[in-house]
Amino acid sequence: MSATVSGETAETTHAITVTLNRQERSAEVEPRLLLVHFLRGTLGLTGTHVGCDTTSCGACTVLLDGKPIKSCTFLAVQADGREVTTVEGLVRDGGLHPIQEGFKEEHGLQCGFCTPGMMLTATALLAENPNPSEEEIRWALSGNVCRCTGYQNIVKAVQWAAAKMAEEGR
Amino acid sequence: MIPVGFDYVAPQSLEDAIGALAEGGEEAKLLAGGHSLLPLMKLRLAAPTLLVDLRRVPGLTGIERQNGVFRIRAMTTHHQVATGGLGLASEAAATIADQQVRNRGTIGGSLAHGDTAADMPAVLLAYEGDVAARGPSGERTIPAAELFEDYLTTALAPDEVLTEVRLPSMDGYGFGYQKFNRRREDWAMVGACALVKKAPDGSCEDVRIGLTHMGSIPLRASAAEDALRGRGLDSDAIAGAAEQAAEGTGPPGDLNATPEYKRHLARVLCRRALEEAAGRA
Repeated sequence: MSATVSGETAETTHAITVTLNRQERSAEVEPRLLLVHFLRGTLGLTGTHVGCDTTSCGACTVLLDGKPIKSCTFLAVQADGREVTTVEGLVRDGGLHPIQEGFKEEHGLQCGFCTPGMMLTATALLAENPNPSEEEIRWALSGNVCRCTGYQNIVKAVQWAAAKMAEEGR
Repeated sequence: MIPVGFDYVAPQSLEDAIGALAEGGEEAKLLAGGHSLLPLMKLRLAAPTLLVDLRRVPGLTGIERQNGVFRIRAMTTHHQVATGGLGLASEAAATIADQQVRNRGTIGGSLAHGDTAADMPAVLLAYEGDVAARGPSGERTIPAAELFEDYLTTALAPDEVLTEVRLPSMDGYGFGYQKFNRRREDWAMVGACALVKKAPDGSCEDVRIGLTHMGSIPLRASAAEDALRGRGLDSDAIAGAAEQAAEGTGPPGDLNATPEYKRHLARVLCRRALEEAAGRA
């Protein structure tokens, strides 16, 4: 731990180790550093977006030990010792994850800003419920806001991924 | 939005957490799931000088049933409460914001925050449950009716940790939960929860109604309860009782709803919650 001066008070930084996208990463962080800023600023992983910054829109969604959370409302120090998955971690063997293919095939995005969060929430849903109904998909995605698509094609993209994953026996 | 700088500790025992709180003084705050505190810190409406994170303290999650009481450890998440088979408490927890929030937010954190617009405070009140609080001089029990003192103010002392929430199992009671908001992740404009027990002749043996966001603290709709207790549970009786749901309340007006509109919502939501509860009793 080293003492630094930042903001209005003197603080101590904390050493954290996070398993990020299946790789261990260690860093010294200020307590007030939000996970989303750790990912984007410290590590340069800009796939996780900052939307509303008020725990509403879901653009900053990442998986913490496999469960979706909003990384704008979580301190980087709280992630110490835990597993974090961002959109960059969806890639498998250099290829697209079925959920990414689904969004491409079904035009599940227009501007793309909400898409990383949508895909991570959908991935967690499919891990728990490989064959969700439309209602279950919409319920699961209710913490992720899209201002372009009207959600129709996002739902179709998740259904496409579910079918692909079932076919591949994942 | 970035919080004002603060010091941070994550003690490994409850004793150390209580010690750190005492040492940190009035500007020290406990961090559980962070879904009430961190948003306030980002808006700089709160600027604690020390956060005492409870994440490493063992034994603060899980639900147990003992002698007709559900003992919910304070760091149990809304998701765990929602899927815990607790009747009204589970139904209400399932409506909190969205799954990302329910994966982080905790029942103890929500109650200790004491927001009148949050779902769980009025639910605790309707159950007539209580919470356990541990401080430097030991543990005490705070009944629901004494926990909420004013807007965002509870009976918890600055050096106390809310460790457990206790809800009677309410066997034989039907339940209903209704809230009105514009988006899933919004706080309730108004919420109403109801617990109803039917007598063998089909009349109302007991009823509890909790109101969310109808004052500076969560409230019981006592006038509506009194109007229904001992009477029939037909839709006319329920509608008549629900008409009194806003009696004695002083709802704060805000951008979403005027006080008069909130009184209207309380009457409508109370009727729906009672009908739901009576149908399940």
